[in-house]
Amino acid sequence: MSRERLFVKSTRQIFGVRGSLLFVRAIGGIRYGELVEVSLDGTSILGQVIDVSKDAAVVQVFGSTTGVTPGKSVVRFYGETIKVPVSSDMLGRIFDGLARPIDGGPQPIPEDYLDIHGSALNPALRVPPSEPIETGISVIDGLLTLVRGQKLPIFSGSGLPHNRIAMQVVRQAAVRGSGESFVVVFGAVGVAYEEAAYFLRELRSMGALDRTIAFIAPASASTVEKLALPRVALTAAEFLAWSYDAHVLTILTDMTNYAESLREISAAREEVPGRRGYPGYMYTDLATIYERAGRVATRKGSMTIMPILTMPDDDITHPIPDLTGYITEGQIVLSRDMWRKGIYPPVDVFLSLSRLMKEGIGEGKTRGDHRELFSQLISSYAEAQYLRELSAIVGLESLTPRDKKYLDFGDLFERKFINQGERERRTFEQTLDVGWEVLSVLPEEELKQISPQTLKKYHVKYRLGVQTRSG
Amino acid sequence: MSGSSGRIYRVSGPLVVAEGLSGVMMYEVVRVGEEGLIGEVIAIRGDRAYVQVYEETSGLTVGERVVATGRPLSAELGPGLIGSIYDGLQRPEKEIASSTGSIFIRRGVSVPSLSRDTRWSFERSRDVKPGDKVNPGDLIGFVRESPLIVHKIMVPPEVGGYVKWLAEDGEYTIEDPVAVVASGDREYEVRMYQLWPIRRPRPYAEKLNPVEPLITGIRVIDYVFPMAKGGKAAIPGGFGTGKTVALQEITKWSHADIAIYVGCGERGNEMSDALTSFMKLMDPRRGRPMMERSVFIANTSNMPVAARETSVFLGVTIGEYFRDMGYDVVMVADSTSRWAEAMREISGRMEEMPGEEGFPAYLSSRLAEFYERAGRVRALGRPERYGSLTIFGAVSPPGGDFGEPVVRSTVRYVQCFYALDYGLATRRHFPAINWLLSYSLYTDFVKDYWNKLTSWSEYREAFLKILQREAELSDIVRLVGPEALPEEDKLVLEVARMIREDFLQQSALNPVDAYSPPEKGVMIAEAIMEFYRLARRALAKGATVARVRELKSRSEIAQLKYYTLKQLSEEVFKKVVDDVRSEFRDLLGGE
Ligand SMILES: Nc1ncnc2c1ncn2[C@@H]1O[C@H](COP(=O)(O)OP(=O)(O)OP(=O)(O)O)[C@@H](O)[C@H]1O
Ligand SMILES: [Mg+2]
Repeated sequence: MSRERLFVKSTRQIFGVRGSLLFVRAIGGIRYGELVEVSLDGTSILGQVIDVSKDAAVVQVFGSTTGVTPGKSVVRFYGETIKVPVSSDMLGRIFDGLARPIDGGPQPIPEDYLDIHGSALNPALRVPPSEPIETGISVIDGLLTLVRGQKLPIFSGSGLPHNRIAMQVVRQAAVRGSGESFVVVFGAVGVAYEEAAYFLRELRSMGALDRTIAFIAPASASTVEKLALPRVALTAAEFLAWSYDAHVLTILTDMTNYAESLREISAAREEVPGRRGYPGYMYTDLATIYERAGRVATRKGSMTIMPILTMPDDDITHPIPDLTGYITEGQIVLSRDMWRKGIYPPVDVFLSLSRLMKEGIGEGKTRGDHRELFSQLISSYAEAQYLRELSAIVGLESLTPRDKKYLDFGDLFERKFINQGERERRTFEQTLDVGWEVLSVLPEEELKQISPQTLKKYHVKYRLGVQTRSG
Repeated sequence: MSGSSGRIYRVSGPLVVAEGLSGVMMYEVVRVGEEGLIGEVIAIRGDRAYVQVYEETSGLTVGERVVATGRPLSAELGPGLIGSIYDGLQRPEKEIASSTGSIFIRRGVSVPSLSRDTRWSFERSRDVKPGDKVNPGDLIGFVRESPLIVHKIMVPPEVGGYVKWLAEDGEYTIEDPVAVVASGDREYEVRMYQLWPIRRPRPYAEKLNPVEPLITGIRVIDYVFPMAKGGKAAIPGGFGTGKTVALQEITKWSHADIAIYVGCGERGNEMSDALTSFMKLMDPRRGRPMMERSVFIANTSNMPVAARETSVFLGVTIGEYFRDMGYDVVMVADSTSRWAEAMREISGRMEEMPGEEGFPAYLSSRLAEFYERAGRVRALGRPERYGSLTIFGAVSPPGGDFGEPVVRSTVRYVQCFYALDYGLATRRHFPAINWLLSYSLYTDFVKDYWNKLTSWSEYREAFLKILQREAELSDIVRLVGPEALPEEDKLVLEVARMIREDFLQQSALNPVDAYSPPEKGVMIAEAIMEFYRLARRALAKGATVARVRELKSRSEIAQLKYYTLKQLSEEVFKKVVDDVRSEFRDLLGGE
């Protein structure tokens, strides 16, 4: 945003102010969607043309209109939509929601200026995502594998440790294969001061910062900055993915704050509200953000997006998680019950799903036993869960010895497989090995999802002789 | 044709208001601004035309030119459709990529829908010769468009007269005339392609009752809630309940000649997944890649919203065109809710009176215009041809709540309702079609087909009764546990579980079971019913459900779906039924 502006035109003809809308008498050549600057005493605020006709233009300002004086305040038109400078020198740096440095360093020398709205990838050029990303977190890598080009959100609740998970992913995520360049873009929208401080502290202390670009718009930032941030972050990400062949993972938190800003603007425009006051176009708006994920046939890089949002009242049918779920390729759902039990990361495995996982696992990608082990862990855990509920009705004493083994398995699975240190990074192999370890409390004949060959090759019992394992 | 020209008066998102377009018609296509963005007139108020623009409008300014084209929004129909991937305005996306060299879809691109250079091998019809009288729909020739599809060249609707000239067999582009038809002193050059306005249903000779089932290869549809050729169905469900997978499976396996997949306001990755698998997968009945009988329309959620509507109508128009050739066509639209949301957005900008949840009052009639184009028909023209267009539309209700306006309007027009259930999906019961809420009004129409194969009417009813009873019993079980139930009820629960797990569940990911031919479903159902019959008899003679549950043949039945039809009919089915019988014999003999 710091490029010298040649303002194409300007006017003082504001004839009305309503909420955050300014009504400006039309002058020739105002473009729909273009950016404007309204100057007040000494300061200025940004806005955008949201309606233009022969008689008038409607300008949505991003911030407060206090101080705008009809007939006096000057409105300047930029002549273009909102663009940001991008450059590979942004790596290792921290910016605000409009790509201005906030780490004390200078503005990187731009290689290009790009419209933050981007364009839609040509569907005919896309290729289905099929390569895994290793986050180092077992429950994700083992059961909800993230693949390059996917958009997979975390549905959290207030007070749950999603920020810590986000930082763990930023620190640990990697792709397999030498010579592949991997970049994490981290964007925080409308986060409280404490959270912003936490992110800054973590990012600065992180060895991984040199392959990371961070964007932070705190809660106190203007609405425009909060609405721009995801798009600005993705514009930088796209630049690296499509021009530098990088595999880029973009983490955006907390998209609930973004949606609140969207609602605020919609209310200011007095639009007919959709469900629970959110605008009817929220699906499309969010889709234009998340659909920027993908892979294309003619480029080496990839765009992967992991949005994080907090579900208001833990309600998954609330419009924010609901519309997100309609756009993303699965979801990772955090559970308050698991968190109370002291499990980190507290993932509800049954409500969670990575829809693109099936293409990204197995021999040559993660490991040959992944698919079978995954099905077995899920179905055994489901059985354990069922028996937990049953024992609540009929009492523990009426369970069979087999049933009790399942209860043991359930506990072990949660404490050893799902539960993991915040600073502990497990490779795919380690994750799968822990899976086998917890499965070994079940009798072999219960492992119906696993073929005899796989069992012989990977089951703890047959491997102990071959190698000694830790943990 | 050159129409009038006017100027932009106002721009508001996808809505542009133009002044000075004298004589412009409703639904006429106009070109907006310097880049000639495509738009359609959707209202005329006084001197102002309200134009819905099908491309991104930012940067447009008041006073730019708007030119009327004199034509309604039309589809190009001819050889070259098969295997294409179009956007909502029928621009071929592969060609957009090669002509722009960009990985993105940029606005203002103009590429013809059908290639003007490809030379197709035209074979004239032996039934028509110069001097003959021809009427709309008459076949005058053929083009082998793909190894699976013979494209029939028809006299366009609204054209008729005497054949003055007919091209020899040979190679022609679609622009070359292949016949001249004279009527009075007017002559009409018939080419291999025709234009048809997408909002207007194509004419046919007669609409017929949908009496033949459309086999989809999905057991719960075919056996329990059957679809008919020419029928219309809605698949509503919350996110992740399996709409897209169901639609993809239907386009892959349905016993139809042509499949049209419309992705309207949904994910790009899904489109590319479908495209890749259609390239790889072989049509089980004809052994050729599915792409050779498919057409794709991909207008993803980040592409212009107004084009969601045109995607749907474009798909239907292409479907009717192949129907008119005498083919059975299946078309799926994922998701009609995104189209409805686009209507809501445009309507809001027009400041129309909003109806329920902000949707326009015409939501319902627009949905009707779409679904009512399904049907089985006798086509216009000679030789006599029967074709059908079957429609499946996904609906994505907010919060998975079926009480919302799009679902409620849709049920008024569809005859099959496949209600997807969030609870079933979380338990990984797929397809997550809820058997208590779903229905098919074609059951009576298709019973002759099924009853020739098996005691279908009886078994189907029994299945539904058992599942219904299970639902009633499960409330009790939740309170007291299953052991407190009488033995007959325990058996009902056991058999219900068999029906759910061994019959209804069908994983799209399993290469053997993804497509289940009708005969396979018949065998599994018969095995379950035989088991149930013998188990009831055994209980009457004092056996317990605990013993019945342990029978080995119980798990053999569960394995049936993992066999191919060939394996089943050669030995497996007979062996399993024999095992069931002998185990029950032993069970009783041993007591
Ligand atoms: N028939 C099936 N067999 C196996 N798995 C299925 C089946 N149907 C759905 N699934 C599973 O459910 C996931 C979600 O299904 P799908 O993408 O069809 O949902 P959807 O209803 O289209 O959701 P959305 O509204 O978000 O687009 C799939 O990725 C797959 O894992
Ligand atoms: Mg879907």
